[in-house]
Amino acid sequence: MLILRALRLVLLALPFLLLPSNAIRAQDAATDIPAAIQAMGEANLRELEQIVADLAATGSDTVVPVLTALGDGNLYLEETSGAVLIERGSTYLEPLSGEAVELGADADLSKIRVNNGLRRDIAAALAGMTLMSDSPARRLTAAQGFLANPDPANIPLLDEAIAAETDANVLKAMQAARAVTILGDDEQSVADRKAAVPLVASGAGRNALTILNSALNGAPEELAPTIQSAIAGLEQERAIWGALQNVWFGLSLGSVLLLAAIGLAITFGVMGVINMAHGEMVMLGAYTTFIVQLVIRQNFPGLLDYSLLIALPCAFLVTGAIGVGIERGIIRWLYGRPLETLLATWGLSLILQQTVRSIFGPTNQMVIAPTWMSGSTEFFGLSITYGRFWIVIFAIIVFLLLLMVLNRTALGLQMRAVTQNRRMASAMGIRTPFVDAMTFGLGSGIAGLAGVALTQIDNISPNLGQNYIIDSFMVVVFGGVGNLWGTLVGALTLGVANKFLEPYAGAVLGKILILVLIILFIQRRPRGLFALKGRAVEQ
Amino acid sequence: MKNFSAKSALLAAALAGSVSLSAVPVMAQDDTIKVGILHSLSGTMAISETTLKDTMLFLIEQQNAKGGVMGKMLEPVVVDIASDWPLAAELARQLIEVDEVDAVFGCWTSVCRKSVLPVFEELNSLLFYPVQYEGEESQRNVFYTGASPNQQAIPAVDYLMNEEGVERWVLAGTDYVYPQTTNKILEQYLLDKGVAAEDIMINYTPFGHSDWQTIVSDIVAFGSEGKKTAVVSTINGDANVPFYRELGNQGVAAEDIPVVAFSVGEEELSGFDTTPLVGHLAAWNYFMSVDTPENEQFIADWQAFIGSEDRVTNDPMEAHLIGFNLWVKAVEAAGTTDADAVIDAIVGLETPNLTGGMATMLPNHHITKPVLIGEIQDDGQFFVVWETEDLVPGDAWSDFLPESAMLEADWTAPINCGNYNTETESCGSAM
Amino acid sequence: MLTQALFRALDKKAIWVIAIFLAVAVLVPMANLLIPPGQYGHVPTYLVSLMGKYLAYAILALALDLVWGYCGILSLGHGAFFALGGYAMGMYLMRQIGSRGVYGNPVLPDFMVFLNYSELPWFWLGMDNFWFAMLMVVFVPGLLAFVFGFFAFRSRVTGVYLSIITQAMTFALLLAFFRNDMGFGGNNGLTDFKDILGVSVQAQSTRATLFAATAIALALSVLVCSMIVNSKLGKVMIAVRDAESRTRFLGYRVEYVKLFAFTVSAIMAGIAGALYVPQVGIINPSEFDPANSIEVVIWTAVGGRGTLIGPIIGAIVVNLGKSWFTTTLPELWLFALGALFVFTTLFLPKGIVGLWHQAWGRMRRKTEHAERPAPPTPAQSADIERGEDPASFGHEAQPKPAE
Repeated sequence: MLILRALRLVLLALPFLLLPSNAIRAQDAATDIPAAIQAMGEANLRELEQIVADLAATGSDTVVPVLTALGDGNLYLEETSGAVLIERGSTYLEPLSGEAVELGADADLSKIRVNNGLRRDIAAALAGMTLMSDSPARRLTAAQGFLANPDPANIPLLDEAIAAETDANVLKAMQAARAVTILGDDEQSVADRKAAVPLVASGAGRNALTILNSALNGAPEELAPTIQSAIAGLEQERAIWGALQNVWFGLSLGSVLLLAAIGLAITFGVMGVINMAHGEMVMLGAYTTFIVQLVIRQNFPGLLDYSLLIALPCAFLVTGAIGVGIERGIIRWLYGRPLETLLATWGLSLILQQTVRSIFGPTNQMVIAPTWMSGSTEFFGLSITYGRFWIVIFAIIVFLLLLMVLNRTALGLQMRAVTQNRRMASAMGIRTPFVDAMTFGLGSGIAGLAGVALTQIDNISPNLGQNYIIDSFMVVVFGGVGNLWGTLVGALTLGVANKFLEPYAGAVLGKILILVLIILFIQRRPRGLFALKGRAVEQ
Repeated sequence: MKNFSAKSALLAAALAGSVSLSAVPVMAQDDTIKVGILHSLSGTMAISETTLKDTMLFLIEQQNAKGGVMGKMLEPVVVDIASDWPLAAELARQLIEVDEVDAVFGCWTSVCRKSVLPVFEELNSLLFYPVQYEGEESQRNVFYTGASPNQQAIPAVDYLMNEEGVERWVLAGTDYVYPQTTNKILEQYLLDKGVAAEDIMINYTPFGHSDWQTIVSDIVAFGSEGKKTAVVSTINGDANVPFYRELGNQGVAAEDIPVVAFSVGEEELSGFDTTPLVGHLAAWNYFMSVDTPENEQFIADWQAFIGSEDRVTNDPMEAHLIGFNLWVKAVEAAGTTDADAVIDAIVGLETPNLTGGMATMLPNHHITKPVLIGEIQDDGQFFVVWETEDLVPGDAWSDFLPESAMLEADWTAPINCGNYNTETESCGSAM
Repeated sequence: MLTQALFRALDKKAIWVIAIFLAVAVLVPMANLLIPPGQYGHVPTYLVSLMGKYLAYAILALALDLVWGYCGILSLGHGAFFALGGYAMGMYLMRQIGSRGVYGNPVLPDFMVFLNYSELPWFWLGMDNFWFAMLMVVFVPGLLAFVFGFFAFRSRVTGVYLSIITQAMTFALLLAFFRNDMGFGGNNGLTDFKDILGVSVQAQSTRATLFAATAIALALSVLVCSMIVNSKLGKVMIAVRDAESRTRFLGYRVEYVKLFAFTVSAIMAGIAGALYVPQVGIINPSEFDPANSIEVVIWTAVGGRGTLIGPIIGAIVVNLGKSWFTTTLPELWLFALGALFVFTTLFLPKGIVGLWHQAWGRMRRKTEHAERPAPPTPAQSADIERGEDPASFGHEAQPKPAE
């Protein structure tokens, strides 16, 4: 079998072997690096697996770039010449020399694709080759690679690397990798393996439990108690952090609810308009983000990471302007008839949805997450994803800004005056129609801001708004109409309650329970959590 | 009382309006064959179904360019079921009774199919249903051109078990019939294969679920028990984007915990950046990336028809193509569009699919399909990492559910029923 | 007492509406069954079912009108009562399938067979009896409305708050019925019905009978509503709508008046649902969708709330429009529906019937010269409820003084 494969490799490599410029030792084709790389171009997955193994076996540094590129999906085959090239940005490099290659006009590039199994193989192979690299970052990746693919054969290599290591972080990772390898190796003495357990528990991060559990499966009797106690320790730790983690999940869900509801707290809470088109304002904010990012991607690719920040004012202005238009065109005829605003804005929401569907099509649109919003970090025992983290921060900022606008600006003063006593406000010289339009515009604009944030967690489709409208109303009503703090507390309470119910009741039943609790709560406090007192009460 | 005449006139006008409703579309031209297209163009399902409506228009246009069927032009009749299932039944009835279409292509969800099914049965017309579904059904008037569970779910699980060495399973789905049934079949299948019950975790979420933090972290915790873990996802369309985003953000890499999905195709992926998802899997019977001349031609024609180079193709589109071609062949073979004749003629007919094989209409009204497993690539396409060697015949009744293992569907003589009980050798129902 | 109430109800123009629907109940099935197809005047069977569906919707709209138009309670959850009635009927129809299901199980419906139920859940027991099922059609929505209303009205949850919690109620039920573990067939709901009372649901004569039953139910609903709104209780209901606090201060138990209207209305909605299901052939959780309940509000508003004929006209007109648009101009359907809502609220606050009243009133004014002050519209009533002086209507909306 192996002979056959080698033979095929030879045959594949034959045209190049015959080239006079490539003076190659033909007796050992399997480790012939250029030929093997060449063969990658036409290989199927099984053949690729073999080639990767062969290349890794050479131990040569020269194959590192090509293997890295293969694993990352940056290795291409140029179909017309049969050359295998590494893509870097918009240039293509010769895999061994690293020199840029000029592509002809008839170049036909196709990616050399790999599957999960191959990616694992490549990571393991690269780990061995880059463990002694000059760059600490590379060494760290290598150590992590060893940790993920422990192989007893690598222990000497690790020992050597640990002895030479100077960077503390990398050293820790290497020791963890070594401990993991020893723990998983039946050949090692029980004492060594016992000693490895605490290192694994402390050094292997999130994977520690996985590794310890799998070690426990085949562990001899003397070793098992040590592992068990380490597992018990980790699980206890996790239970403590688990509750906190749940609070975090709840807060981040709550902040999404807050963002979605806070605009409604203005249009519905302050103005008394049952704004069913609120969700569509959120949706329009998301679509604005999509357009902004599209423009940036096409014209200013360098700014892509800031596209969300740029989209914020755009979304605010677009949805705010639409909000003003709606107020002037429809809502202003309906003041004092709150239930009729429900009907008109519901109709409006259908029109807006269908308009977006006609323009952008019914399918989802794409907004790329900026790099600073991707991935996650470990904060003590908590795993915090950056996307959620920034959304929580953003929700707080929006809330504080809104509070400031309402309480500290002239416009905010006028808004409160008009909603509390329109005639009196008018008599005092406030232009009530203008203030109405601005208030509605502000509420809509904030909905647009929520839309920008929601691009990071939800579909950007014409139905986006509908998913949030009912939740938003629940939050505002639960918190108490006309009170921003009520909305804040309401949103966070619902978020956290939801997350604590979810593990016990499941996601579906959890949501039903929350709705039932809201209904029961309204019976106890018919005006919500923070009821307005005084004259404005009997709405 | 004074208002009576006017009010009754109004009412009469309203009722008369409903009568004239029936009168208007009956201007059928005799020289065309009408084809009904029954998809949601608004509401929650529009996101998936609008493309299928366009696919049908495209196929009909192509067929007409080839000279139609039996010398007659095809005329599409498009209706919008607006994601409203009683309306689907009403419109199906209208298509058949009023517009007098000869075949209907449509529906996406099982509930849509279930709601129109009695109508097709009663009025004896034809429905071609293009989406993968939970099985456990075979009806004389319906042709299932999507995958049944044995053409999608089971091969995918086999792949994970054999190629990736998965020992621990998370079956995550949206809480409705397709995931419930598929997971039930899979659970039984895994137990039969010797997987311990505690190594299977089943989780259901509501439609459009958008907060996946808890569930993804549960999956990570479930995966940290020392055995290779995989997620089998029957999560429905809308909830997938937030799910995958959360997976990406929490750093669940495909090399550690691969997710294999049955409802995520090119169309769904076109909605987001797939870089964090590279390596996660999907099982289908067709991928846009499949390299065959037929597929290349289909994609080129489709993109020319729709006027955009960015539009993707997906599995249900291929299912419509196969269903449509089979229907055309059957009509030509039968020499008539009469439903009974077509039902008799269509069984056993075959038409090339886009992946280089032949789709054959089986006596149980399902078709033969290859099963492909693809890994998601960073360009939103799939890279086929595995495929079945032979075509897999669709099985209406799962062999892994005790109550349906002995059932077979065969719509040819002499059995001619949808739920033939091989033990009692009789039809399960009196139909 | 009863005859007196009946007399008072029939004394009004309602008798004409009732007569029309009774006539429709007889004529349409006759036109369907007796006149052969193709001949002038024949009503195709599919149209009979379609009109039956509209009439079921009309009952639902009328039910909503009773609480909204006459009692000032805007329920955004009436779809829930409709769907519950529908489910009760659906359960009966499922039990009638018997062993004709695909698995041939004589007791369990198909979906229970493949979800591994070994026996019927308790709430399915007895549903094979038609009369018991009909009792449930009335009882379940009625009980839910009674319990829900009892707590809500006693706590004086009013206005927007009430609307939102009724919406929460139907949304919670939507999610619950989607769950397969609930034992109601999950997302697929109940479908593939075969028999009703021993005859095939799909038979032409059954469809005609169901249509007649719906038309008669509608006529009876109009009668009941007319009796209620023309009774003393009806006057109190209108008083509650127009000035709830004042009515309370006058010594009426406002919460019981509301509770009565809400419960009766829910029962009517349940009956509408039960009539709807066999005619469309499916009941599934999407009937609980809050959007559906809002649509019912729209029908009522378009037709004209606070009248008996208005919601009926509204339901029929809007649904005719829906049927027409979804077949001829599918892309424009939502535009048309949305525009209709906006247009109605802006220009037809009293609906189609109000438009007619306006035109009629103008003509009458020319001949009679004398004019009594018009009763307040619900729109104004909302203001009155907030304590405003009716004298100030016709100007810009106002803030309300303290009560």
